[in-house]
Amino acid sequence: MKTVTLTVNGIPVTVPEGTSAAAAIATVTDVFHRSVRGAPRGPYCGMGQCFECRIRIDGWRMLACLARATAGVAITTDD
Amino acid sequence: MTEHFDVLILGAGPAGLAAAETLAHAGRTVGLVDEQTDPGGQIGRRAIRQRPGRAFRKTLTRLRANDRITYFPSQRVVDCDPHPALVTESDLGYTRLTGASLILAPGARELVLPFPGWTLPGVLGAGGLQALTKSGWPVRGRNVVFAGSGPLLIASAHTLKKEGARIRVIVEQTARREIARFVAKLPAWPSKAIQTLTFTLGLAGIPYYTDAWVTEALGEERLEAVRIVQRGRSSVVSCDFLGTSLGLIPNVEVALRLGCALSHDPHPTVRVDSLQATSQPGIYAAGEITGIGGAELARLEGTIAGHAVAGELSKARALAPRHAHWARFGAEVARHFALRDPLRELAGSQTILCRCEDVTLGEIDAVADTGSIKLLTRLGMGPCQGRICRAALAELRPGYGTVTPSEISRPPLFPARLDTLADQALKEPSS
Ligand SMILES: Cc1cc2nc3c(=O)[nH]c(=O)nc-3n(C[C@H](O)[C@H](O)[C@H](O)COP(=O)(O)OP(=O)(O)OC[C@H]3O[C@@H](n4cnc5c(N)ncnc54)[C@H](O)[C@@H]3O)c2cc1C
Ligand code: FES
Repeated sequence: MKTVTLTVNGIPVTVPEGTSAAAAIATVTDVFHRSVRGAPRGPYCGMGQCFECRIRIDGWRMLACLARATAGVAITTDD
Repeated sequence: MTEHFDVLILGAGPAGLAAAETLAHAGRTVGLVDEQTDPGGQIGRRAIRQRPGRAFRKTLTRLRANDRITYFPSQRVVDCDPHPALVTESDLGYTRLTGASLILAPGARELVLPFPGWTLPGVLGAGGLQALTKSGWPVRGRNVVFAGSGPLLIASAHTLKKEGARIRVIVEQTARREIARFVAKLPAWPSKAIQTLTFTLGLAGIPYYTDAWVTEALGEERLEAVRIVQRGRSSVVSCDFLGTSLGLIPNVEVALRLGCALSHDPHPTVRVDSLQATSQPGIYAAGEITGIGGAELARLEGTIAGHAVAGELSKARALAPRHAHWARFGAEVARHFALRDPLRELAGSQTILCRCEDVTLGEIDAVADTGSIKLLTRLGMGPCQGRICRAALAELRPGYGTVTPSEISRPPLFPARLDTLADQALKEPSS
């Protein structure tokens, strides 16, 4: 199986090609961001509806469940 | 950039794909848009750790080989107008697509009602957990509970088990005798009977509680356990993930913005005639957007819409009996797995209803004038624009959550270009 390597909050992660960004992040952390009242949140709908998986990929705001993990990118959570 | 086609199709699930192939066969050019990276919709998702299935490979090959179909993956429709035109957004920027006709096939999302703890990381929609797992979400060796209602729980549990998860228990709100009645009718749809058998055998040995529900998700920074109540008896089961689902609700936002007439039951569906035409000229709708009925019905509706748009009316009408047959299946699922009242009573005044703005049910109830809920609480004003909480509110407080065109029809449909517009919606400074 081909793999890709990227970083999540600076930590190198290697996942199979085709893995979603959300799945790559989940190997590092359960918490994708904090709610307006500071509670921990992670992906909920898995299909682009709830916006709970919003993160940054190379600085761009993305929905991690709709994006693929691509080689060399830097993903950051807690945005 | 603008591109023109004879027909535009939104959604590359069973309905949109069937419509595209029917139209291409009839000699029309088709622009097919979908926000996912692969075609197939919610049901056709490829599990990245498994070899691509035959159906998936066939779909891809046929799409690629068909030079009348232009497929736009990873493009989210963020705006539209009834000319008709669709504005899509992708990594590459915006594209405007126009067509003489438009077929809407955006499918459905999961219905979930809030309960204490449902916002903890690790609590997901059952189909959402299934979709993420197929995309490589780490579930191997992890403890998982599924809870809610209907066949989607079983299908999702089956996927996770195949990926190495330990399914602790499946918690189904429906009573056993009601499920037995449903199963007794399945032989009328042999493919569904076989699928049910496959799932049942695949899940042999996993406890299947009926007449039961999860009343609470427990944990601090993430899910640690769930409380299950079955006929008055309460137990706590530790787990890493909980997948909940109470059924599906149509994605009507684009149709609403285009002015298509809706029905409410209480969740909105797009109204269509026997040729899948909406109330707007030149705009058709097919698949779960017209009502929840399963993939077979979606495929048929896509084919009917394709024939109708191509002017092949006798071919479209010839499918009516099969359509009725599969619509009956959808109606049986809805009837036998109907939501029971105790599930509408799990959320307390402290339970969050609107995840985006952290609005609690108590805060909603404190607003006497239902017309001002949004203004006073910010309910539904976060990035998801009420996609999750509105349906829940319609179930918990009938009458409150009804969609009005003025609420959703403000552009854009989704916070477009998360990096620009959403900065405002997310209320955070850009870093
Ligand atoms: C999460 C989930 C899991 C499911 N799992 C199963 C299962 O295991 N077994 C089973 O029998 N049935 C399952 N179903 C039901 C099954 O998926 C549906 O019956 C069937 O897929 C409906 O087909 P459709 O073409 O109407 O819609 P879908 O298959 O939902 O296709 C709609 C497509 O439109 C796209 N789309 C929507 N809005 C936009 C937009 N604004 N811009 C761009 N693209 C957009 C979506 O990405 C999607 O690919 C599931 C449903 C859901 C929601
Ligand atoms: S998990 Fe809901 S939008 Fe990604």
